[in-house]
Amino acid sequence: MKTNDVILKTTSHVVFFIIFLFSIHVFLAGHFAPGGGFVGGLLTSSAIVLLLLVYDIKTVQKLLPINYTIMTASGLVLALGTASIGMFMGKPFFKHYFDHFYLPLIGDTELHTAMLFDTGVYLVVVGVTLTIIQSIGGDD
Amino acid sequence: MVQVLFIFIPIIAAIFIPVLFKKVRGIHTGWFVLIVPVVLAAIYASYISRVMHGEAIVSKVNWVPSLDISFISYIDGLSLLFSLLITGIGALVVLYSIFYLDRTREQLHNFYVYLLMFMSAMLGVVQSDHLISLYLFWELTSISSFLLIGYWYDRDRSRFGALKSMMITVFGGLMMLGGFILLSIMGGTYSIRELIAQAPTLATHDWFTLSLVLILLGAFTKSAQFPFYIWLPDAMEAPTPVSAYLHSATMVKAGIYLVARLTPIYASSETWVWLVMGVGLFTLFWGSFFAVKQTDLKGILAFSTVSQLGLIMSLLGAGAVAFHVDQAQDTVFKFAAFAAIFHLINHATFKGSLFMIAGIVDHETGTRDIRKLGGLMSLMPISFTVAAIGSFSMAGIPPFNGFLSKEMFLTSMLAIKDFNLFAMDTWGAIFPIVAWIASVFTFVYSFYFVFKTFTGKYKPELLPKKAHEAPIGMLISPIILASLVLIIFFIPNIIGDVFVKPAVLAIQPFLYDSVSAIPIHVSAWHGFNTELFMTIGIFVVGFLLFLTIPKWQKLYNIVPDWLSLNRLYDRFMTFLDKDLNFISKLYMTGSIRNYLVYMFSFIVVITISTLFVKDAFSFSMEGTAPIHVYEIILILVLIISTMTVLFSKSRLTAIIALGAVGYSVALFFVIFNAPDLALTQLVIETVSVALFLLAFYHLPKLSRHEERIRFRLNNFIISLGVGVMVTLVALSAQSQKLVPSITEYYKETVNTLAGGGNIVNVILVDYRGFDTLFEITVLSIAGMAILGMIQLRLSRKENEHENK
Repeated sequence: MKTNDVILKTTSHVVFFIIFLFSIHVFLAGHFAPGGGFVGGLLTSSAIVLLLLVYDIKTVQKLLPINYTIMTASGLVLALGTASIGMFMGKPFFKHYFDHFYLPLIGDTELHTAMLFDTGVYLVVVGVTLTIIQSIGGDD
Repeated sequence: MVQVLFIFIPIIAAIFIPVLFKKVRGIHTGWFVLIVPVVLAAIYASYISRVMHGEAIVSKVNWVPSLDISFISYIDGLSLLFSLLITGIGALVVLYSIFYLDRTREQLHNFYVYLLMFMSAMLGVVQSDHLISLYLFWELTSISSFLLIGYWYDRDRSRFGALKSMMITVFGGLMMLGGFILLSIMGGTYSIRELIAQAPTLATHDWFTLSLVLILLGAFTKSAQFPFYIWLPDAMEAPTPVSAYLHSATMVKAGIYLVARLTPIYASSETWVWLVMGVGLFTLFWGSFFAVKQTDLKGILAFSTVSQLGLIMSLLGAGAVAFHVDQAQDTVFKFAAFAAIFHLINHATFKGSLFMIAGIVDHETGTRDIRKLGGLMSLMPISFTVAAIGSFSMAGIPPFNGFLSKEMFLTSMLAIKDFNLFAMDTWGAIFPIVAWIASVFTFVYSFYFVFKTFTGKYKPELLPKKAHEAPIGMLISPIILASLVLIIFFIPNIIGDVFVKPAVLAIQPFLYDSVSAIPIHVSAWHGFNTELFMTIGIFVVGFLLFLTIPKWQKLYNIVPDWLSLNRLYDRFMTFLDKDLNFISKLYMTGSIRNYLVYMFSFIVVITISTLFVKDAFSFSMEGTAPIHVYEIILILVLIISTMTVLFSKSRLTAIIALGAVGYSVALFFVIFNAPDLALTQLVIETVSVALFLLAFYHLPKLSRHEERIRFRLNNFIISLGVGVMVTLVALSAQSQKLVPSITEYYKETVNTLAGGGNIVNVILVDYRGFDTLFEITVLSIAGMAILGMIQLRLSRKENEHENK
């Protein structure tokens, strides 16, 4: 049913990476500027959705052989695991830790356990969105 | 600390059982399991020397300190006696099970894991001084009993029996939890010791009787008292070692333990005395009477257990009478509590051995139906001897331990008629009479059990297997128990001093200062007194009745089957299953539209009425931003596109209009300086429009004859209501600030406490991380549900295809 749309295909190669890299930026920027795991995850999904629109589901699955169900589950585990770190230190559930580090190339950076939690959110959002889209779109 | 850990040793050992079962196939897993109860029994035996002088050993481990919940192991005479029974009988039962359960055919890992779990739970019940952890262990015994009864889960009767026991005992357990909570509120503590110390003040509290009845419900269901006993006969579907262990020696005595343990608190209550003694005595009679009706060997033993539990229960009730008598230690009322504990020990010995013999008969002949059995005496001489010892002890014949405790039981029951409180002087005479009748039937079923099985005509044609004596390994445990039956008869006072008196001290702490102050001496010969004549009467009448069983057994058929308690239970279960399901289906139509109607109308009614009842609605323009022309335009766009969604004739138009709605909302966020929200809204709109386009191909066409959407008044009212509600709430929330805005707090702490800069995102991951965690959980569940629904639909389609 897909028409062979050359223009769309060609541009999508570039646009996909632009959206994807932007989504990573938005995701990482989240703690200080607009962004975060939710938006980042949605943007990544929309990048993949673009591919889905251009190609069919089978091709995209070949390009990105990711099991989104497992992605969702690992995201949940990561989020829950990060939240429970505090419990092992005798602190309440969901206690976050952060500090500043000097990283090569990047410079002074704040590392925060909330980042790990946000990664969990990111994975869940991408996983769920694409699980839904794939299962509905792939249902012939 | 260490003492508390002892409770958990079995459950920790259980972790290794599946591995041992899988890896070490050559050795029966039971041999490894056997180590646990033997070691524990040795450990608890080392406590005897201290506890028998009335000392109590306490150890504590905090569990949930913030809620004041902890594991407290409190070992006094009563706990120690039970702990020794649990581990001692446990060791014998495990030994017996090694020969009873085949290592190649049975799922031993399941069996022993459940058994060890039960052992921990039961030790926890009898040692916990904390009401909440006691409750926890109590329910754990119900669960492990459920698993063990359902061990042969491919049998219908096993699953039925397991569920029945679970329903009844957990019902009781929940009632008991209610009682515990009331008790702890009254006393301000969860500790049983501290509650006992303030017993006199508790008795004046309003909730005293209520908590008493609730706790007794727990004890009666667990200890199979009338009318809750019906689960016990069905529990006999469990493998025989389980019946011997859980359903005669230990778990069913948890209720007895609880009553004994709480006697110091509740004995002052008239309700307690009447309930415990009355229900106990009636159960004693009921169980013994119906035991003769049974044709299954284990069925007879089950009813006999019910009846013996009733006996011990009634003795505990009679023991409570001692709290109402001055100088009880010098009167005849002192015997009841002692007799209760003494009989509890005796019952564990003789009933344990009888269950094991029933298992052996089943194992070696292939049937437990007493009508098919007979004449096994010459084929199975050792089993017969053990069975005879057990039965004679149960019937109360000398020289076996049952005789001693039966005599004391009769003494205690005779004493009741001299008690002149609680209208006992008028009704008290009933007690010795019922006790006597029940004892006659006990005598009858004891003889029925042993002589119908082992004497008479041998009927090999009815037996699935050729009968022969059991292997010696299987006989060791019953022989040990049977020899205890004999030994205890000759040394009752040593048992009394070491085990019974410390336990009695725990039941009646107000009567005696120390263990040595309990003035009870057991002797087999009391001279010619009323008890002796009653016993002789029991023997004579019982023997006559036993000889004439075939003549009067028809009596049992008089009561029609549908009137029985079992039928009542069955009907209740069908009611739960079928009838309640019917009621649910009346409103659970399966149509999402209907559910939305319920939900929305409920929300609208609740919210709007709250607004009016609390007089919460207010409207003020104070502090609102000026309205610009962009906003008006946006709102118009919003309204127009929403209308388009509703009235569009093609789906594509509707999708595009819906996208327009989303994007204009995103623009609102842009205008009001909410970049995070705007970004999210924009991406969500993009993704969902894309999703619609993907799914578009599969959606059904808007049907032509539904060109005009029919007007439905209900839906109109509800949608109007929702709109009004949201508007009202939004206006009220904006117009009155009851509490200062939390924004300032976020602004101050976002950098110092949370180490971030973007408040919106920090709220998501830090301040309100719980929300996000649950949101992504819900999201995942939704994703999985959609995946599941679509894949299920696919597989059904394929099946249909195959069927064609």
